[in-house]
Formats: sequence, C-alpha cells, structure tokens
Amino acid sequence: MSDAAGNAMLRVEDVSAGYDGFQALFGVSLEVNAGESVAVIGPNGAGKTTLLRAISKLIGVTGGDIAMEGRSLKSVPAHEVIGYGIAQVPENRRLFPRLTVAENLKMGGFLPSARARHDERLAYVYSLFPRMKERSGQLAGTLSGGEQQMCAIGRALMSGPKLLLLDEPSAGLAPVVVQSIFEMVKRICAEGYTVLIVEQNIRQVLKVVDRAYLLETGRIKQSGPSAQLLASDEIRKAYLGI
Amino acid sequence: MKSSLAPFIALAVLALVPLMGIGNYPLHLLIMVLLWGYVYTSWSIMGRLGMVSFGHGAFLGIGAYVVVMGWNSYGLSPWFGVPIALALTAIVAFLIGYPCFRYKIVGHYFALVTLALSEVTRLIIVALRDQTGGSLGATPKTALAETSWSLGALQFSNKIVWFYVILVFWLLGLWVWKKVDESMGRLALEAISQEEDASASIGINVTRLKLGVTMISALMTCIGGALYAQYQLYVNPETVSGIGISLQMVFGVIAGGMYVRLGPTVGAAFTLLLAEGLRLGFGNKYHALDSTVYGLMLVLFIIYMPKGILGAAMEAMGKRSAPQPKPYSR
Repeated sequence: MSDAAGNAMLRVEDVSAGYDGFQALFGVSLEVNAGESVAVIGPNGAGKTTLLRAISKLIGVTGGDIAMEGRSLKSVPAHEVIGYGIAQVPENRRLFPRLTVAENLKMGGFLPSARARHDERLAYVYSLFPRMKERSGQLAGTLSGGEQQMCAIGRALMSGPKLLLLDEPSAGLAPVVVQSIFEMVKRICAEGYTVLIVEQNIRQVLKVVDRAYLLETGRIKQSGPSAQLLASDEIRKAYLGI
Repeated sequence: MKSSLAPFIALAVLALVPLMGIGNYPLHLLIMVLLWGYVYTSWSIMGRLGMVSFGHGAFLGIGAYVVVMGWNSYGLSPWFGVPIALALTAIVAFLIGYPCFRYKIVGHYFALVTLALSEVTRLIIVALRDQTGGSLGATPKTALAETSWSLGALQFSNKIVWFYVILVFWLLGLWVWKKVDESMGRLALEAISQEEDASASIGINVTRLKLGVTMISALMTCIGGALYAQYQLYVNPETVSGIGISLQMVFGVIAGGMYVRLGPTVGAAFTLLLAEGLRLGFGNKYHALDSTVYGLMLVLFIIYMPKGILGAAMEAMGKRSAPQPKPYSR
C-alpha cells in the first residue's frame, strides 16, 4: 500500500494495544510519509483514539512496534515522545482550562529546545490564528469550542513538530463550527505539516486528507487514497449512507 | 501597599515586636503563628498545585521524633538528628510519591493514600512506646540545667531566640514558594493538575516534577517538626502526626487561602486563635470540640470562601495580583 516502503516518517507495525483486560487494537499497521496528510477513519469504538494514544505512548503497546523516522518508540516514555517531533492535539482539546491562551501556547513549547524559539513560533501561531492573539489573556476554559480547537492546535505547533496527531478535532462541536475546523486542518496540511488525523466524520475528513485507513473493531479493513475510499461501495453504504 | 518597600517595613516592625517587651504568652502565640505558618506554607507548595496531601503529619512526626529520639536515646545532637530526619523523610516521601505519581493516583485517591501514611506514622510512634514514650509523648533531655542556652542541643530558654530562628525559616518558606512560583515548573504543575495526559504529551515529565515538589514540601515540613520539638521541648504523637494534625494543616491552609503567598500564614493565625479561643471558652470540658468546629468550618469555607480569608480579602480590595481560582471550582 505504500510506495515509500523504506522511508516512511511514522511507521506503525503490527501494533496491538488495549486497556486492562480489554484489547482494542489487533495488529494494526500503517505508515505516514513526510508531507502527507493521512486519516484513520472508522466508527465509534473502532480503536482510533487508542491508536493515537499508543503512538504518543499514553498507553502501553503489547505487541508490534512504532517507529518515528526509523527510531523505535518502544521504550520511550510519554513525555519524551514530543522530542521525536510528534505533537498531539488530544481528543476534546485537553487545554489547561485555568491557564490563559498565551500560557497554554507557552506550555506547548515546554521543551528547552523549543523555549528558545518561543517568540518566533508564537508569532507564527498568531499569524495562523489571529483570534488567538485577541484572546491571549483569556482563560482557555472560557473559549468557545472552535477557539479551543484553534488553541489546542496552536499549542501543538509551538513545539515545532514534524508530525501532528489530531484526535477527533470535530468531536463535540456544533455543525457550523465543524466546517471551520476542517478548513483549519486543510490550512495546517497546506502549511506543509505531516498530519495523522483520526475522525469519525468520514465524509468531511476524506475531503481534506491525501490518504486514509479504515479501522474497524481494532483492525485495518481498507486503505487507499481519499478519492478511492470516497468512491468505495463499502464505505459509501456503511458510513456515508448513500 | 503603595511602594515596594511596604513588605520590608512590615517585616522590620515584625522583627522588632519581641523587643518591645510583650508578655511571654503573646510572644509564644506569635512564634506559633510563624512556625505553623511555615509548616502550612510548606504544605501549600504542593497542595496548591493539585496534590492535596493528608499525610504531612508523617513528615512533621518524623522531623520531631527522630530528632528527639536521637538526642534522648543516643545523645545525638539535633545538628545530626535533623539531617537523619530529612533523609528518612526523603525516603518516605519517595516511597509514597513515586508509585502514586507513576501510576497516576491523583485527587481523592492521592489524598486517601497520604491519609493512611500520617495515621501509620502515628501508630508506629505509639507502638514504639519504650523508645518514644508512646501516647504520653516525650520530652527531650534538658541541656539547660546549668545554662540558659545550648547550641549543641539546640535548646534555648529564651523565647526571643526562638522567635528569630523561626522567623528566618518562615521567610525561607515564603522564598521557596516564590521561587517555585516563578519557575517554569509552576506553569507545568498547574498544567499537570488540570490535564495530566496533555501535560505528558507536551513533554512534561509528570512523575519527576511532582516528585520534586513533593520532596521540597515534605523536607520543609520535616524541618518544621524538628523546630516544633526543639521549641516546645515536648512532642506528642497527636500533635505532630496522625490524622488530626494533617487535617488541621489542610483546614488552616484552606481557611487562610492557598493561592496567595501569605494565605497559609493567615490560616495559621486563624486556626491558632480559634484553638486558643475554644480552649479558653470551653476549657477541657468538651473534648474533641475543636475537631468538630474545624470540620464544620472547613465545610463552610469550601462553600462560601473557597479562596480563603486572605484570598477573599485581596479580591475584595481588587488587588492586581488577584489569587488564582480554586482547582475545584469550575
């Protein structure tokens, strides 16, 4: 399925993972190449979030391996994953609600290596999301849902990541806002970031990304370019209701 | 409060108070406020960052008892007893903290684990009655039979000396608070207390940072226990360990306000006056009445004044450095 077999940026190989007494992923393999935007789509409970949590080492991996630019993440603790250039925008944003927008962004560049470039990156995030500059002194918990998503993406960008993991950016947002979120994701991809996005809003996300994997009950069922998946009968029937 | 000199003037006035010939009892109260203010400040350094410990009685108890036992049983000067107590405190804090932080035992569960710790410490002190005097408490052997002070035994009969010693530690406690506050660590710890997973994902080593702050807080509290023992020249498992004193710390800090630097000290003054008031008002007739009143007031404070006395007062005065909202309120 991949043309660049040897030099994928992120390589997930035969990964199994789960929670106490419950396995959520069964031998999942996927690849993300530099500059690509890739989605993992699937219904609720398919294991999409578990997959991202496994990549960012927030849960343990019981089988298989995950490698970033050829370096295995097997024995890397969660707080060191960002050092590999992987930044996560977690499900439901997970902002620090009682820190201000500016403080949230500052925390995104927590690593000493990122601190030196704080001002420059802050200016970049503000140029990308001027709304964040207007709201810089406001507590993040008081932002609207869409603004929180902006702030969460901005926070992730502050570390200067190579790979951005987006977990259900449209979850829990009003339909009008969802539209603008996907616009935002489109812009991030256009900025040249490599993006791995997990979504159940399949129709929308397939319009934005280059490629996608369909995850069902912890297994990859299908994969290919977005256009191909959008045209696939199985996906149209099961997920798009056409 | 207009000039930045105000705190120094206030401090100078405070430092001169004992020289103005106030009686022994007011001086004792003042020393106790500073001593407990220091201990409460130590507690708050971790408490205000989302780690509510009911186990600080353990660290206080270790500080007090190791020093007194070392002196009484082995003739060990407190100058050596204190480092031993600190080492023991560090070990205990690590044994409790590391598993909790590593396996993300937070909030109520963390409070419960620490609650057990302070009670276990009290029970150990009581059980070792041959060495510790059990629940009757212990008195350090006096070194003041022929002199009025002994540096080696860290005993001074003059309260004024104690006032200055404890004043220095109190200031040190406030200084540590400030240093922690100004560090990137404070933001990181606030982030941890608000969203632990997201904190890890932005590169914060949650376990190490929490353990670091816990160590600072526990070691400072341990010194507080040693100071208490040396000043009072009497220790009792109830007053330096166990659930009672641990709860009192939490109560005092919440009453005073844990999000402003002088809040814990105000809380110490408040609890002390309350305790003295109850003692004078009701005598010893109604045992455990003070605990009942503490409990009741704790509930009232959490509901009606979650920022504490000083926090609420500063907010009312519209001070620029308004305290942070409580982590429990949404």
